[in-house]
Amino acid sequence: MAEPDVIIVGGGLHGCSTALHLALRGVRALVLEKDHIGRHASGVNAGGVRQLGRHAAEVPLSVASMALWHGIRDLVDDDCGFESHGQLKVAETEAELESCRERAAQLTALGFTHEEVVDQAELRRLVPSIAEHCLGALVSRRDGAAIPYRTTFAFKRKAESLGARFHEGAAVARVARSGRNWRVETVDGVAHEAPVLVNCAGAWADRLAAQLGEPVPLEVIAPMLMITARVPPFLKPVVGATGRTLSFKQFPNGTVLIGGGLLGRAHRDENRTDLDFAKVTTNARTVWDLFPIMRSATIVRAWAGIEARMPDDIPVIGPSGTEEGVFHAFGFSAHGFQLGPIVGRITADLITRGTSDLPIDAFRIQRFRHTAAAA
Amino acid sequence: MTDLKPRYDLAVIGAGPAGLAAATLAATRGLSTVLLDEQTAPGGQIYRAITRSPVKNPSVLGTDYWHGADLVGPFRDSGADYLPGTAVWSVSRTLDIGLSRDGAARILPARHVILATGALERPFPIPGWTLPGVMGAGAAQILLKTSGLVASGGVVMAGSGPLLWLLAWQYLRAGARIDAILDTTPRENWRQAMPLLPAFARSGYVGKGLKLLLEVRRKVKVIGNVSALRAEGDGRVQTVVYRQGDGAEQRLPADTLLLHHGVIPNINLANATGCAQSWDEAQRCWVPDVDGWGATSVEGVSIAGDGAGIGGALAAEHRGRLTALDALHRLGAIDRATRDRDAAPHREALDRALRGRDFLDALYRPGREFRVPADDTIVCRCEEVTAGQVREAVKLGVSGPNQTKSFLRCGMGPCQGRLCGPTVVEVIADARGVSPAEVGYYRLRPPVKPITLAELASLPKAEDEVAAVMHH
Repeated sequence: MAEPDVIIVGGGLHGCSTALHLALRGVRALVLEKDHIGRHASGVNAGGVRQLGRHAAEVPLSVASMALWHGIRDLVDDDCGFESHGQLKVAETEAELESCRERAAQLTALGFTHEEVVDQAELRRLVPSIAEHCLGALVSRRDGAAIPYRTTFAFKRKAESLGARFHEGAAVARVARSGRNWRVETVDGVAHEAPVLVNCAGAWADRLAAQLGEPVPLEVIAPMLMITARVPPFLKPVVGATGRTLSFKQFPNGTVLIGGGLLGRAHRDENRTDLDFAKVTTNARTVWDLFPIMRSATIVRAWAGIEARMPDDIPVIGPSGTEEGVFHAFGFSAHGFQLGPIVGRITADLITRGTSDLPIDAFRIQRFRHTAAAA
Repeated sequence: MTDLKPRYDLAVIGAGPAGLAAATLAATRGLSTVLLDEQTAPGGQIYRAITRSPVKNPSVLGTDYWHGADLVGPFRDSGADYLPGTAVWSVSRTLDIGLSRDGAARILPARHVILATGALERPFPIPGWTLPGVMGAGAAQILLKTSGLVASGGVVMAGSGPLLWLLAWQYLRAGARIDAILDTTPRENWRQAMPLLPAFARSGYVGKGLKLLLEVRRKVKVIGNVSALRAEGDGRVQTVVYRQGDGAEQRLPADTLLLHHGVIPNINLANATGCAQSWDEAQRCWVPDVDGWGATSVEGVSIAGDGAGIGGALAAEHRGRLTALDALHRLGAIDRATRDRDAAPHREALDRALRGRDFLDALYRPGREFRVPADDTIVCRCEEVTAGQVREAVKLGVSGPNQTKSFLRCGMGPCQGRLCGPTVVEVIADARGVSPAEVGYYRLRPPVKPITLAELASLPKAEDEVAAVMHH
């Protein structure tokens, strides 16, 4: 089989999206995935498709990605379970509501209008089951949620149908220069070569970066989620809180997902996470307070995915600072799912045109040149 | 739960023969021991309701059942704490046990944990198995033990394995009417089982088993070599449709259809704890990896009894004692030589109890047509996913049960895969043309038993206390 033009390490959403956007331009990518497609954070995250509350640097990317989400079927031939009923962050006190107003004003000043503050009456119209003490909310109406594994798998299948190749169970052992190419060896001794290498290795991406001479201070985290048995439909939007950590949504089948970034323990070398039930209890209390309707609900499963977090909570996106022909897209810090469609396009733009229309300077890997932990 | 110690040397989960024997031995020899069990009385499934069964005539349930009483007395005298009506929903690698009792949850730490979670019936997915009136033979037997109830009207039993015949015998003794037994044991199984017959003939089971089999065959029409089976009915089962070998379809009226295809280890808690497991080709199921003392890949967690591979009630009891001796040794209460010396009689008894087991495994291995159902058969009852949908997912490139779970929600319901896991594995392996060993099994997650948000939040339920919480 012909050697690929690009080798992508990591078969999560960002790797699959990059492969798809390259394939759309006729560029042949080979994705090397150490487990199977969407095995970690991409397949098991909360599925939030959220512009709401993003870091200022991410807002332009998030807005551009949202446009792709609203046409997701055209992009990948599957609706990915995407539904747009908005996302909101509830304010429980006057001080929290004031911080929502400040946030909305900041975004307006930057020229973005997708976040708005709503009062108690509008909050109750959007979320009739919300506890009475809640005063209002910050709302992003075009936000929503999708099904993570189905989404990642849809990107993979569409990319594959356009000529991208995927090797699962192919953990990378070594990368090295080979003339003008990158030579990538997997642990089972198979070698591939291509002039371009993309690092989409998620919670394992720091190891590849270190091999390329640019170590990064990546923290491996395990955000916990839990899900209930089916209950009658009572909620359309995804609900978060301003003053405490929560991500709360009901699926069309009636099950309710409770998350919000509380961390278990990750053991990345064993592909394993341990839950911390003391923290899960904190989440359960938050739901108890905000959604009295949920008090008799039954929790049927809790889990955690393995994810990378950077010290400044924004990802690394862009060309390598040390090597020609290498690009990074990792470290999404537990909010990369919504960005998946656009980051694949940005990386494809960088590879095929050398530039991106979107502002990505804030995500340069060089920002860690002096802070990287000694690996 | 104020009567609980803050921490135990040993926590045993499950009060069947393995758990009772393990807790009794450990507590008698000085470990602070707690036995946690979901049921309200000891006995597990095999000796269910042994202390309170309304079926007082010993000839109905048989002497093997009443042996269970011999385990309960010594346990009561052992000094072990006993927590009935307790759901264990998590055991962490740090040996913290998540449990719920009386509507409240708590975390109980232990220095060693023995999982004695026993067995469950292998799923037997046929068209119509979700109809009311169709149930597992094991469930029917529980009703008999706990309440003295037998199914009324015309009963048809179908499947294969010792428990099917035992239940038929108990049903007849209890005065129930059985219209027919549809035996699905594949003819070719005899060829594999015959070389193992001599060992079985020397086991304690053969005399009792034959007697029971002959008694049932004298009284009930047994239809052998059944190769296809489905339940039909309007709102509940009314007809059982079957074929013998390559023969034409036959129909039997039935008010109740009792299905059984043997038992497999209940691995959910061990799996969620992270104990390594392997595919057992002889017993056709996933089994946790354990050494000769029941020790798993997780430090401080052992498994005793059928949860570590099916060996039956007597074997479970002996494995319970061996596991407890090893726990005593690991906790520093006895040295290695004492452990080994004291284990010798139990190991000998275990070997005796396991004699002939491989004959039963070979003879009663379910046929492919029942392990790998046709497209229109529902495999995941919680999410109503059919075998055909699983095959479609495999065609799209989905390679294992964790991916079908993410893709189809198959196995995501409250039963956590207990009713679909083995079938999904068989269907995927068959569709891919590989061994189930290569396909893998669900990665299960705590809570392995559903718990309410209120339990998890450990919050008061009364409305006035709710108000206090709201204004904290």
